[in-house]
Amino acid sequence: MSDDGLVMLQLCEPGETPAPHESERGAAVGIDLGTTNSVVALSFETEVEVLRAADGKALIPSVVHYKDDGEVVVGQAAREAILESPDHVVTSIKRLMGRGIEDVKSLAGTLPYTLEPNPDGGMVRLRVAGRVLTPVEISADILRAIKARAEEALLGKFVSRAVITVPAYFDDAARTATKDAARLADIEVLRLVNEPTAAALAYGLDNSVEGLYAVYDLGGGTFDISILKMEKGVFQVKATGGDAVLGGDDIDHSIAEHFLSQRKVAVGDHPISSGEVKQALMTARVAKECLTSRPSGEWMIEVDGKPSLHTMTREQLESLAAPFVERTISICRDVVEDAGIDVADIQGVVLVGGSTRMPLVRARVAEFFGRPPLSNINPDEVVAVGAALQAEALTVGSDTLLLDVTPLSLGIETMGGIVEKVIPRNTPIPVAMAQEFTTYQDGQSAMAIHVVQGEREMVDQNRSLARFVLRGIPPMTAGAARIRVQFQVDADGLLTVSATEMTTGVEQQVVVKPSYGLTDDEMATMLRDSLVHARDDMAQRLLTEAVVEAQRSVLAVQSALSVDQDLLSADERQAIDAAIEQVNAACAGSDRDAVTQAVDDLENATKSFAEKRMDRGIRNALAGMSVDRLDGALGGGE
Amino acid sequence: MVMTAQAMPALMPCWSCKGPVATRALFCSVCGAVQGPGPIDHFTRLGLKATFDVDLDELEKQYFGFQRRLHPDRFAAKTPKERALSQSQATALNEAYETLKDPLKRAAYLLELMGHKVDLTACGTISDKSLLMEQMEKREAIADADSVETITKLSAAADTDVLSCQCHISAAINGENLDEAVHLTIRLKYLVKLAEEARTKKSRLTRQAR
Ligand SMILES: [Zn+2]
Repeated sequence: MSDDGLVMLQLCEPGETPAPHESERGAAVGIDLGTTNSVVALSFETEVEVLRAADGKALIPSVVHYKDDGEVVVGQAAREAILESPDHVVTSIKRLMGRGIEDVKSLAGTLPYTLEPNPDGGMVRLRVAGRVLTPVEISADILRAIKARAEEALLGKFVSRAVITVPAYFDDAARTATKDAARLADIEVLRLVNEPTAAALAYGLDNSVEGLYAVYDLGGGTFDISILKMEKGVFQVKATGGDAVLGGDDIDHSIAEHFLSQRKVAVGDHPISSGEVKQALMTARVAKECLTSRPSGEWMIEVDGKPSLHTMTREQLESLAAPFVERTISICRDVVEDAGIDVADIQGVVLVGGSTRMPLVRARVAEFFGRPPLSNINPDEVVAVGAALQAEALTVGSDTLLLDVTPLSLGIETMGGIVEKVIPRNTPIPVAMAQEFTTYQDGQSAMAIHVVQGEREMVDQNRSLARFVLRGIPPMTAGAARIRVQFQVDADGLLTVSATEMTTGVEQQVVVKPSYGLTDDEMATMLRDSLVHARDDMAQRLLTEAVVEAQRSVLAVQSALSVDQDLLSADERQAIDAAIEQVNAACAGSDRDAVTQAVDDLENATKSFAEKRMDRGIRNALAGMSVDRLDGALGGGE
Repeated sequence: MVMTAQAMPALMPCWSCKGPVATRALFCSVCGAVQGPGPIDHFTRLGLKATFDVDLDELEKQYFGFQRRLHPDRFAAKTPKERALSQSQATALNEAYETLKDPLKRAAYLLELMGHKVDLTACGTISDKSLLMEQMEKREAIADADSVETITKLSAAADTDVLSCQCHISAAINGENLDEAVHLTIRLKYLVKLAEEARTKKSRLTRQAR
């Protein structure tokens, strides 16, 4: 299999991703890939450790600095470079994941980037430091830094797999983009988990009372509220809402403005310099933090040798913050009402995001939901903690199972721009559903298929995911063709669509990627680029995969021998044993072709044995014997 | 799960050890490898008796039990082939669960198994005159309702209609009056729609009244 073949396989068949060797697989971490900051954590026997930098900081600013010399810097150092070289630094890239240029128009003015026009449509591209980059590549740079942080914190232990969290409202394109970014960063995604679900897992709500829970997430630049329903170990996102441009930063700005107007009084009216703005903002953050635990405080701003002293009480802070907090509460009210539930039915509220540390936020949330929120886990880290627990559950095993549902309905455009839903929202995944469509013109030879996601009735009110054309429909009268469109959503919520013309028996399948995703070619190129210095790693990985598969074959043959070896003559047995030896010998070496060759030889050596076993099975079944053994593994459900 | 003496179980070679394995088996009893979903009906897949009177608690218990063993998350550390097979198993389980959970889908599915196809997708035209009249009257009453009190009554009545129709379907199927059961299943489809309309209107009026 060539590298390119591998790429295609992964893109088309989500279930067929190659697995590296079990014993060399390294640690599986939980990653909260946030808009403003990211956090990584590791769970061992359900004890979670948030992986910190040497200075004890857990938050990695999701900021990337592309230097002119080609160096890429992520985190605090990148954030500090914003003021000096804003056109070399990218922030808040998460907002653009899986987005097209049309989507971004609504965010106009809030994005500090130069977007590169892309004549082919597809995902937006950014012009940064003379390079053109996709949000996937930029996110991959952040993920590489997260991975490096984790490996450093784990004293060089190899980190290769992760559960990555995504917002509950992330559509298929954004989820695919997140997974693609992880692959570029050479991280195998065990599972994408919704952020509110991860927060609920961190509090162990999967083991608590069935019912409704709210997750209130106020970060630096975004606000999200989600209502989760937990029933028999299944978390369903009942409703989500929020504001993509509302967060703690707004409160900081409001405090900073207050300080600057005080300063004008103190040092005399003058044009405000950018240095003063920077100082005022930094002071505002410090003041907000201080007033979390103290009733009042005093701070000094000094720029160009002109000092000014500023006092602020918690009441003053709260009156500045109140409009923003009230806005979040009003969004909560709308979401609860839209979900058709009563606030009193909500059994618990989880706080996420650094801005929920403010006493005012906690008080208002407690007042609205009529109960004190859960807050004993650090709100900056709670999502990563839940992700880490899930990563451990997936690799080591656990009793609870996290069953997800589709967050939004998936459908197809039909005549008149009306959406025909193929998979309704809240359907448990993985799922495969098909719907038949027909032609509406005599002799129609092609059919345009437009895949959309959303709840609205008309196509233009929903999000367009993909378009493709099924060609080569044989000439028929209108309405005679039967075109079966199949939707498949895997356990991560990623969609594959295929279409088949049924009447002629000629099957045609088209597998689509989201409109705003990357094409297979782009992905292949990026993977190649990112792996240019990692050729040996790749070869090593392919060898490890071949060895795992070979060992599985040997074990299977040995199991068969242990039950049916009496079917073999001494010579036959000897030949099989020799073939097994060959495989074992090849596995000890480092030649991948030798391993696959030895596995093929083993398969040939066991061919007649397999036939004899099938014959015996059929004879036994006809004689009414051993039915229990053959059927023994049916069980389950008990 | 007790195997009844009926048909001989169909055998297939296990993809992993190549030995015989029942087409309906989830795992090979010799090498332990997970198998693909066999060509079996939804009831058998969930280890349930093929009947309209499904105990929903039992259904959930079976569904979650099978998912615990077959969901892709259980195979996150296994080979790609095993992960792909578990994905198809979980997909088949979800389809079976979604079909059997809903009384309307369950009735239509069971009748189809019994050789009586019910076309639930045929929308619009109601061929049954009395059903048509009844629908029009009730729909009008819901549209006219302008108080929480009225709509609450109508909504409760619509829910009762749905439940009683389900009882009749059960009786018809158990009494092997399958044509009657088909007729009732089509009626159920419209009653469910009506009950949904009433519920939506009820929550709208309740919210307005607040
Ligand atoms: Zn086997």
